[in-house]
Amino acid sequence: MQAEAALSRTILWGLLAFLALAVGLAAADAGFAAHAAIVGLVCLSLMITSAAKFDPTSRLNTFFKVPESPSHYDDEPIRWGVIATMFWGLAGLAAGLFIALQLTWPQLNVEPYLNFGRLRPLHTSAVIFAFGGNALIATSYYVVQRTCRTQLAFPGLARFVFWGYQLFIVLAATGYLLGVTQSKEYAEPEWYVDLWLTIVWVCYLIVFVGTLARRREPHIYVANWFYLAFIVTVAMLHVVNNLSLPVSLLGAKSYSLYAGVQDALVQWWYGHNAVGFFLTAGFLAMMYYFVPKQAERPIYSYRLSIIHFWSLIFLYIWAGPHHLHYTALPDWAQTLGMVFSIMLWMPSWGGMINGLMTLNGAWDKIRTDPVIRMMVMALAFYGMSTFEGPMLSIRAVNGLSHYTDWTIGHVHSGALGWNGLITFACVYFLVPRLWKRERMYSLRMINWHFWLATLGIVFYAASMWVAGIQQGLMWREYGADGYLVWSFADTVAAMFPMYVLRAFGGLLYVSGAILMSYNIWMTLAGKQREEKAMIDAAYDPEKDRPITDPEPTAVPAE
Amino acid sequence: MATNKRIDEPTGTETVGHEWDGIEELNTPLPRWWLWTFYLTILFAAVYVVLYPAWPLIDRATTGILGWSSRGALQEELINEDQARQAFRAELAEVEVADLRDDEELFRRAVAGGEAAFKVHCSQCHGSQGAGSQTLGYPNLNDDAWLWGGTLEEIHYTIEYGIRQPEDNARRQSAMPAFEGILDSAQVAAVTQHVRSLGGEAEPNANGAALYQQNCAICHGETGDGNRQLGAPRLNDAVWLRGSSTAEITRQILQPRMGQMPAWGERLGPATTKMLTAYVYSLGGGEEAAPQPTDRVPGETAEVRPAGSENSDG
Repeated sequence: MQAEAALSRTILWGLLAFLALAVGLAAADAGFAAHAAIVGLVCLSLMITSAAKFDPTSRLNTFFKVPESPSHYDDEPIRWGVIATMFWGLAGLAAGLFIALQLTWPQLNVEPYLNFGRLRPLHTSAVIFAFGGNALIATSYYVVQRTCRTQLAFPGLARFVFWGYQLFIVLAATGYLLGVTQSKEYAEPEWYVDLWLTIVWVCYLIVFVGTLARRREPHIYVANWFYLAFIVTVAMLHVVNNLSLPVSLLGAKSYSLYAGVQDALVQWWYGHNAVGFFLTAGFLAMMYYFVPKQAERPIYSYRLSIIHFWSLIFLYIWAGPHHLHYTALPDWAQTLGMVFSIMLWMPSWGGMINGLMTLNGAWDKIRTDPVIRMMVMALAFYGMSTFEGPMLSIRAVNGLSHYTDWTIGHVHSGALGWNGLITFACVYFLVPRLWKRERMYSLRMINWHFWLATLGIVFYAASMWVAGIQQGLMWREYGADGYLVWSFADTVAAMFPMYVLRAFGGLLYVSGAILMSYNIWMTLAGKQREEKAMIDAAYDPEKDRPITDPEPTAVPAE
Repeated sequence: MATNKRIDEPTGTETVGHEWDGIEELNTPLPRWWLWTFYLTILFAAVYVVLYPAWPLIDRATTGILGWSSRGALQEELINEDQARQAFRAELAEVEVADLRDDEELFRRAVAGGEAAFKVHCSQCHGSQGAGSQTLGYPNLNDDAWLWGGTLEEIHYTIEYGIRQPEDNARRQSAMPAFEGILDSAQVAAVTQHVRSLGGEAEPNANGAALYQQNCAICHGETGDGNRQLGAPRLNDAVWLRGSSTAEITRQILQPRMGQMPAWGERLGPATTKMLTAYVYSLGGGEEAAPQPTDRVPGETAEVRPAGSENSDG
C-alpha cells in the first residue's frame, strides 16, 4: 500500500518535472527558462525522494517531528518556519551589508548579476518577505493554535503554505539576479510568481480562518485580529497592485494594467500598506502574544487594543499618497495621504503603549531578562519610527526629506529596530519550547546580541539622519546670488563618511544575527553553556544578618 | 465570563475576565493624553482639508480656502527668483564680454552664476572642479594651457559655438590627418621621439625633426608652440591632453582623436553663456587680451577670427 503510494507520487513528480523542463526549453526568454528549470529541479528532487527505497528525509523528520503527547499542538511546520526565518534573515542581512558597501565603494558592483540595481530588491524582499514573512507564518501558526486551544485546521495545507512560500522566495530571489522584474518596488516578481503567491496566500488564509473557526475559546484573542487583518489586507494589496498582462504565456515579461500616475498611486497604496499590514499589523500580532507571555503579565488595556486596532486598520489604508508629494499626483490626493498619516500617529502608538505598559509590575525583568530587553527596545523603535513617519509625511518636511537617505534611515529604524528585534525576541522565546529544551544555549549571548543590534541600529539611523538632512539641504542650497551651490556629484561625495558609518552599523547588526544563529544551533544540539546567571546584583551572605555585637557602635548624628 | 474578573495585584486594575493560554487583559481606560492627542490630530486634519485642496468632486477637487497648489507655489518661487535676478541680467546684457572684469561686483556675480551653470551643463565632461580627464581627452580648465585661447572673448566664443560642430562649418573647425599609411613605422617612431623631445621627455633625433618639419610644423609650429587659430595643441610644454607616453603619442599620430564640444550659446542664452565665460576664466588660466587694432572687422572662420568681436548677439 505504502509502496504503491510512493510509486504513484514518483510518477506524478516525474511528469511535473518533465512538464517544467519542457516549458523551460520552449521559453521565450532566459529568465522564464531559468525559473522553469528551478521548478523542474524541485519536482525532480521530489521524484527522487519518493522513488528512493529508504526515506532520506527520515533523519530530518526525527528532528522536526519531535515525539508528541497524544494531545499536542501541530508544531512541525513552526519548527521549519523558525529555521527558515533565521536562514533568510542571515541571507537578507548579508545582502544588505553588501549593498551598503557597494554604495560606499562602487567598485564592489559585479556586473551584471551582482550589481546594486539587482541586489537591492534582493535585500528588501529577503528581509521583508523571506525573513519577516516566515516569522509571521510561523508565529501565526504558533499563536493561533495556543490562543484558540486547538490544532491547525488543515495540517496538509499548512505545510503546503510553508513550502509553497519558500518556492515563491526562491523564484523571486533568483528573478532579481537574472533581471526578471516588473519594476514595482516591493512587488518586483513577475506575473507567474505573483499568481503562485496568490494561491499560497489563499491557502494560508484558509488554514488561519479554519483554525479560528474550530477554536475552543469563546473569544478571539487580539493577536489573531491583527494576524487576520494582515493576511486579508496583504491578499487584497497583492492582487490589485500586480494586475498585469503577460506578453507571452511562456515569457517573464508583463505590463501593468495601470499607467502613469494611476500606476504610481496604486503602487504606493500597495507599498505603504505593505509596511502597514505586513510590517506593522502582523508584527503587532506577534507582540500581543509574546510580550505578555515573556513578561508573564496581563495586557495593559483591552479597551486600547480595540480602539487602536480599528483606528489603525481604518486609517493606514489611506496614507499611501504621502509617498508621492510634489509629483504629478493631484494635490488633493497628496493632502489625503498627509492628513491620514498624521491621524495615524496615535493609533500606531496605541500598540506601543499596550506593549510597554504590559510590563507594569514586571519592569525589573528588563534588568534580568535579555529577551524582555529586546522586546522593550523593539517597542521603543516602533514608537520612534511611527512618530517619524507622520512627521515625514507633512508636505514641508517631505520637501526636504524625500529622495534622501533620511527615508532609508527611517525605514531601517523601523525594520531593524522594530521588526528585527521583535522577531529575534520571539524566536528566542520559541526555540526552547519548540525543541523541548530547558532554555537557550546561552542567555549571555542573547544579551550580546541585544547590544550588537542596538548599537548597529544607532549607527545606522544616526548616520542616515545626518546624511539625509545634509543631502536635502545641499540639493536645495542657493548662494547669495540665487544659484544652486552644489552639483549632484558633490552631494554624493559628501555622503561618503556617513555611508562608511552606516555599513559599520550594518556589520554590527549582522554580527548579532550570526551570534544568534550559533546560539540556536547549540540549543538544538541540546547543549547549555556554563555561564554566570543574568541576575548579577551583589549578594554577600556574610553581611546578610542582624548585628549581634553587645556594644552598639553606631552613634546617631546630632 | 464576568465571573473570571479579578483585581490584578501589581497594578490594582480589574481584568476583563478573558484568558487565552495564560494571557489576561486589564480593563485600563484609554490613557487621556493618548485620546486627546488623537482628537487633536483629527482636528488638525479637519482644519487642513478645509484650508488646502482635499475633497475630490466629479471633475475637479476643492481648492482649499488658502488657494494653495503645488504648481502655483513653484510658479511663484520661480517668478520671485527671476525678478530678483532681473537687474543683474540687464546689467550683464549691457556689458561687452571683453569688459566683464571691469565691474568687480558684476564679475563676482557672473562667476557665481557661471559656477552653478557649469555644474549642470559642463561638469559631465570637464569634471565638477573643471579638472577634465586625460583618459577621455577632456581638457583641464584650471591650467593656463589653452587649445583655442584663454581670453574672455576666446572662451566666450568657444562656449557659444562649441568645438567641431558638424552643422557649423565656419567656426572652430580643424582636423589632424591620420598618418597611418602615410608614414611607415620607423618614421612614426622617429616623429614620436621628436615630439617627446620638444618637451624634454626624449633625446632629439635629426630624422624625426626633419619629418616633423615636413608634416607637422604647419599646424603645431616649428618649435611646437601650437596654433590656437586651428586648435592645434602646443607640444613643447608639459601639458598633454591625451598623455605623453610613446604609445599614446604614436596612437595620436596614427589615428588622431579630436575633441568635440556642443555649441551652448543658443541653448543657454546670452546671459548664462557670459556667466560661464566668467567662471571658466576665473578658474585660474584666464589670459589678458592682447591689444588689438581697433579697425579689424569681425571674422567668421577660425583662421581670421579676431578677438573682441563675438560679444553675445543672441
